[in-house]
Amino acid sequence: MSYFQIAWQWLTATQQWHGGDGIPVRLVQHLEYTGIALGIALIIALPAGLAMGHLRRGGFVVVTVANFGRALPTLGLLVLIFVLTSGSSASWLVPLVALAIPPILVNTYEGVLGVDPNLTDAARGMGMTEWQVLRKVEIPVATPLILLGLRISAIQVVATATIAAYIGLGGLGRYIIDGLARDEYNVVAGGAAVIVLLALAIQALFTLLRWLIVPVGLRRQTQTS
Amino acid sequence: MSWAWDNRALLAHYLGQHLYLALLPVLFGVIVAVPVGVMCVRYRWTWPLVLSLTSIFYAMPSLALYLVLIDYTGLTDWTVIIPLTLFSLSVLIPNVVDGLRSVPPPVRQAADAMGFGSLRRVIQVELPLAVPVIIAGLRVATVSSISLVSVGQLIGIGGLGYFFIDGEQRDFPTEIYTAFILIIVLALLADSILVLLRRWLTPWEVRRTVRPGSRLLTATWRGSSAGGAP
Amino acid sequence: MRNNSSRRAAAPAPKRTTIRTAAVAVTALACLTAAACSSSSSSSAASSSSSKSSSSSNPLTPSATGSVVVGSANFPEDELIAQIYVDALQGKGIKVTSKFNIGAREVYYPEIEKGAITIIPDYNGALLTTSVDPTSTASSTAAVNAALTAKLPSALEILNSAPAQDKDSLTVTQATATKYHLTSISDLASVAKDFVIGGPSEFQTRADGVPGLKKIYGLTFKSFQPLDESGPITITALQGGKVQAADVFTTTPQIITDHFVSLADPKNDFAAQNVTPLVYKKGVNSTIVSTLNAISAVLTTNALLQMDKALIIDHASYTQVASGFLSQEGLK
Repeated sequence: MSYFQIAWQWLTATQQWHGGDGIPVRLVQHLEYTGIALGIALIIALPAGLAMGHLRRGGFVVVTVANFGRALPTLGLLVLIFVLTSGSSASWLVPLVALAIPPILVNTYEGVLGVDPNLTDAARGMGMTEWQVLRKVEIPVATPLILLGLRISAIQVVATATIAAYIGLGGLGRYIIDGLARDEYNVVAGGAAVIVLLALAIQALFTLLRWLIVPVGLRRQTQTS
Repeated sequence: MSWAWDNRALLAHYLGQHLYLALLPVLFGVIVAVPVGVMCVRYRWTWPLVLSLTSIFYAMPSLALYLVLIDYTGLTDWTVIIPLTLFSLSVLIPNVVDGLRSVPPPVRQAADAMGFGSLRRVIQVELPLAVPVIIAGLRVATVSSISLVSVGQLIGIGGLGYFFIDGEQRDFPTEIYTAFILIIVLALLADSILVLLRRWLTPWEVRRTVRPGSRLLTATWRGSSAGGAP
Repeated sequence: MRNNSSRRAAAPAPKRTTIRTAAVAVTALACLTAAACSSSSSSSAASSSSSKSSSSSNPLTPSATGSVVVGSANFPEDELIAQIYVDALQGKGIKVTSKFNIGAREVYYPEIEKGAITIIPDYNGALLTTSVDPTSTASSTAAVNAALTAKLPSALEILNSAPAQDKDSLTVTQATATKYHLTSISDLASVAKDFVIGGPSEFQTRADGVPGLKKIYGLTFKSFQPLDESGPITITALQGGKVQAADVFTTTPQIITDHFVSLADPKNDFAAQNVTPLVYKKGVNSTIVSTLNAISAVLTTNALLQMDKALIIDHASYTQVASGFLSQEGLK
């Protein structure tokens, strides 16, 4: 049987949709962890990115954060914090937040930095205060990139939360970890499929958000992926 | 510390496996991405399709892909190498396309005027000019690849990731952070080497410093800030 | 006349510092790669034969070249015993490749069935009920081995079992045992419904796990919590009260250091679990068989427990512990 057949069979079996180990429960758990981590990362990274971009400072910090963010091994970070805190139940939160920060920070910074200086010049010329320049000019123009950063971060967190099942977290990763332990490949296949679908759904969600939030002119101008 | 020294043979063994699993996909990625990128620029209608495919692979959690592949490649190195190659492609192809498109039209026109055929123009003029952007993508792909390999340890194929799992099982933080630091050092080293490669390949760029916010950084980060899903 | 000096000024050579950084970075990476590639020729002080693992070998091709592939499951004790096998076989001049940390039995069993792995240290009871005959109720060493010999696929066989056993046990903290007067699993009858039971994921569905406890002892627990293979997650969960009883393996060193109480199993839900080499018949010759049997002859539960303690509590390396054991037993 091919992977797709195995996964499809598992996904469509009714028992998957009921009970404490069912897909809805695990999905909600997963989204909870993702939401909390993203929320915290946003609170930290968004203002920082906006400030640094607006003031045109700290580029070196941003590049360093970006490099480290990419180089950090996710499983390693999860396990390290888990072992160092002797298995504390919140040991999943720090790695998730740590990995969620770089995309938001970097893209927000870039977005604000990349605003055409003529625009900000004109705004200041019109008498806007720095705050107003940020709010009324820089943020709107930077929105595509900020959204991009959020999207990348969301997918990063979803993926890391999956791995966090290894240190005992719930969520969709349990299908992978438990399935591997029990050699129930159908569970593993199905779990992997759900995670892939979730990632695709997030892509779609952000594409929709981008379409809704970003003005048409800007959308065309900054067409990325 | 002394643990690392005492166990250097073991560390070296897994380091070797790690490099092999991380760098081979990037190599395959480059080999495939350049022609595909050229094709996307030449035949514009292929670009949206390729772009959607690469976006999908970019967003995929690598663990999920490893697991899907077990059905086809068993528990071999290919189970990790193939998804990582796909991921490298999803970073590199847009960069190649971007780099080629960033060649200023006057340069292209000058090449045409000098009698360059269109393929020759691409290879001898446009690609070299696209090198900074391509290498920017290579850096992202390489650093991410080095970091993503360790996740493969969950199916037993993870290079230095071995120490993460073993360290967790034996409650042995020393192993974990040694491997952790080693991976980061490897990634940063690879990054530096690529930067030097870029400087060597494009001597005309030496004078220009890369200011954050310049096209180069944007190209680096477009859709690839933290190097994809683990 | 062309002005060469102005041209030179327009394209200056990279600064000294750049060249220096280049040299350092390249040298460093070259050194690391060289160290990695020369790992087969280096030998650490503590052991004379470092494990020559080459995981880039294709495990889908049965070892027809005379070299032997020793696999291990993904937990320290099994990797240790596999390392002992590797060391001993290399000592006899046999070319060995290791493929450690493959996964749970259900993942590596298909691999050995097709000969992609040649030898793997297994536990007879678990092997029988997980991969060979889930309906078997054999519980003594002799009965389990007889059932295995009869029912293993023809491509596989088991060699001699070691006296060492690493059995599952239902374990509680000292405090819990005292509070509820627990000495055997049967004593759980009145409190099971309030207890969260923990264990490796497969314990929930395995015949001797949750289902077996229900069938043989009539116990229904409050809920099941997936933990790990008697590792830190399990220990922490038990200590911290996240679970009140857990499946802890009998050679887990923390049973001693943390004063846990392993409940007696009078009705034999947990079958014998002797360390037993599982081999792919075509891949082994008489030298290999006799080497492994010699190891099994001297591997006692206490020896295993001591080695586990060295590994897990004292953080000695696998090669050190394996090599120490073999030297001590005169098998090197």
